[in-house]
Amino acid sequence: MPFKNLKEIIVRQDFFSPGHGLCAGCGAAQIARIVMKIAGKNSIMINATGCLEVSTTTYPWTAWKVPYIHVAFENAAAVASGIRAAYDALIMKKKLDKDVNVVVLAGDGGTADIGLQALSGAFERGDRIVYICYDNEAYMNTGIQRSGATPYDAWTTTSPAGQKTLKKDLMGIAIAHRVKYAATATISYLLDAANKVEKALSISGPSFIHWLQPCTIGWRYDPKLTVKLSRLAVKTGLWPLYEHYDGFNKLTVQVPRRTPVLEYLKLQGRFRHIMDNQEELAKIQSYADELATKFGLGPVTE
Amino acid sequence: MQKVEPFLLSGNLAIAYAIKQLNVDVVSAYPITPQTTIIEKISEYVAKGELKANFMLVESEHSAISACLSAAASGARVFTSSSSQGLLLMHEILFITSALRLPVVMVVANRSVSAPINIWNDHGDIMPQRDTGWIQFFVESAQEAYDKVIQAYRIAEDKRVRLPIMVNMDGIVLSHTYEPVYPLSDSEVASFSPWNLSLKRLDPDNPLTIGGFCYPDYYFETRYQSSKALEDSLPIISKVDKEFGKLSGRSYGLVSPLKCDDADAILVSIGSISTTIRATVKKLREKGKKVGMVSLKLFRPFPLNELIKSIKNAKAIGIIDRALSPGAVAGPLFTDVTSALYLSKMSIPAVNFFVGLGGRDVKVEDIESMFANLKKILKSGKIEKHSYYVGLRE
Repeated sequence: MPFKNLKEIIVRQDFFSPGHGLCAGCGAAQIARIVMKIAGKNSIMINATGCLEVSTTTYPWTAWKVPYIHVAFENAAAVASGIRAAYDALIMKKKLDKDVNVVVLAGDGGTADIGLQALSGAFERGDRIVYICYDNEAYMNTGIQRSGATPYDAWTTTSPAGQKTLKKDLMGIAIAHRVKYAATATISYLLDAANKVEKALSISGPSFIHWLQPCTIGWRYDPKLTVKLSRLAVKTGLWPLYEHYDGFNKLTVQVPRRTPVLEYLKLQGRFRHIMDNQEELAKIQSYADELATKFGLGPVTE
Repeated sequence: MQKVEPFLLSGNLAIAYAIKQLNVDVVSAYPITPQTTIIEKISEYVAKGELKANFMLVESEHSAISACLSAAASGARVFTSSSSQGLLLMHEILFITSALRLPVVMVVANRSVSAPINIWNDHGDIMPQRDTGWIQFFVESAQEAYDKVIQAYRIAEDKRVRLPIMVNMDGIVLSHTYEPVYPLSDSEVASFSPWNLSLKRLDPDNPLTIGGFCYPDYYFETRYQSSKALEDSLPIISKVDKEFGKLSGRSYGLVSPLKCDDADAILVSIGSISTTIRATVKKLREKGKKVGMVSLKLFRPFPLNELIKSIKNAKAIGIIDRALSPGAVAGPLFTDVTSALYLSKMSIPAVNFFVGLGGRDVKVEDIESMFANLKKILKSGKIEKHSYYVGLRE
């Protein structure tokens, strides 16, 4: 049964503790907290190397109240599959009786770039894992270098003049593997995201959630704006909230009147260099318009 | 001990048979010559229901070892195998497997590394893995490969050890050569290397964080502990081998010396070439030559005392490497053996023989030429050159 309101989710027990070392205003902590509230006790959490991993597992402390494993950067999906294989085998051989949710939280670098091969393998095998990519659109843990998920024109330390290509279409890649369930999410639409996590956990094969996560350091904004930026990403049409189930796409959050992309971009220091460049701003607006047409969002309203 | 008829098995098939008897839970591997027939046979056992296991097909060796690591962390008994480029691709994760103290068992059908690409035997693939913190065995026959794999699970899963193990078996020479192999019965294997879930694992009732982040205040201690665990595993490895001897009539020791007590010239080696050396020593002894040999069965942890005991009376030693270590002082095995001599305050003249790269045959005549070389040193008391490339066309 889908959640009807946020209260139903918030009252749930936490398995991700406060006291971790993530930045103030970091969206990843909110993702981890909400995912664990829904996945619950009988879950195993896998992280790829990244901000979330280094900030939540500093020895001798841990923020995780469920079993947790981190192995390396590029293999989170393979690690998850190994756990799935082990539990399936041990249950089949009656050495264990209790099953678990196998949940991955990995960044965009660990998913769209270095971890893509292992993820493709897990998708192709049909392994029952929930793979969530928290996408802050660059290598933030190493200090803001561009990744395959960095959006067009965004400044990073390795794209000082702005990224010159479009973000990789991770959802398209997942769907091309015929995963049964794939969805986009972001923290400003928590109920929508929570229901997607719940659905992903119920799928008998691999499921994928591409979760946009504003990063205060890398996107260059005031920490209090995290939720606002997350909302603007949706309102501008740059981050359509939809799900793909059994072969069909469905918009889950309609945007009847879109906000111009400038409202989203101007709050972020990483786009500062194009603020007076009408040509570049128009390109990003037209990219948002393209997405709006594809997903059936409303027109831009000033 | 039950009386059994031998099976005619290649090294690879002997290993697959052991894996079936060991009732492994998860197998994950990727095809690479000359290891492939191991996983083909295991796939067949799984498909026929003779082995109840999850055979996880992956898109690379990197994922194979990653999946074995996490399956072991979940409490499953796991197996993988690889060779050459595949082993090199696993390299990163090998360090993590040992530092996380996970009992993964892997068979390496040793093969050269590219370039040029070549599918035959040498130790170019395994030598770069020396410092990965795994227990490493070398075997000389299909029988020994079978026996060592059974011992490996017992050792790896021992609470005092908890380390991954590589069983090195020379590719093609052993992996594809058929020999009579005397198997144990299924129940003997099950009682010698029993599976248990008592090891700490990814268990929701007892949540553990595995693979966390360490600042400089803890990193050193953590790495030291896994290094110390490897060092401390040596007596346990020895004990398991002896117990296996009681069960099967076959035990191998940490080193396998022949005629070392009164030998003036001794060759030190690892892997299948040792069998050729053993035959050569027997032949030369018949002619009254005072020669000996020692084969290292265990390479990591390095059996320093056992080796020194075997070679201490020699007057000249030849150390055989089947891998190059470009730019280093000498070959990998030479460096280890001469360090052992130094630490034992012994200065026996030693030379390094590089042989058999990329599957080039090493014949009895080649071994004889090495002994002849050592004899020159015995006569003159002088070492002309420290390293020789035997059989190399210049």
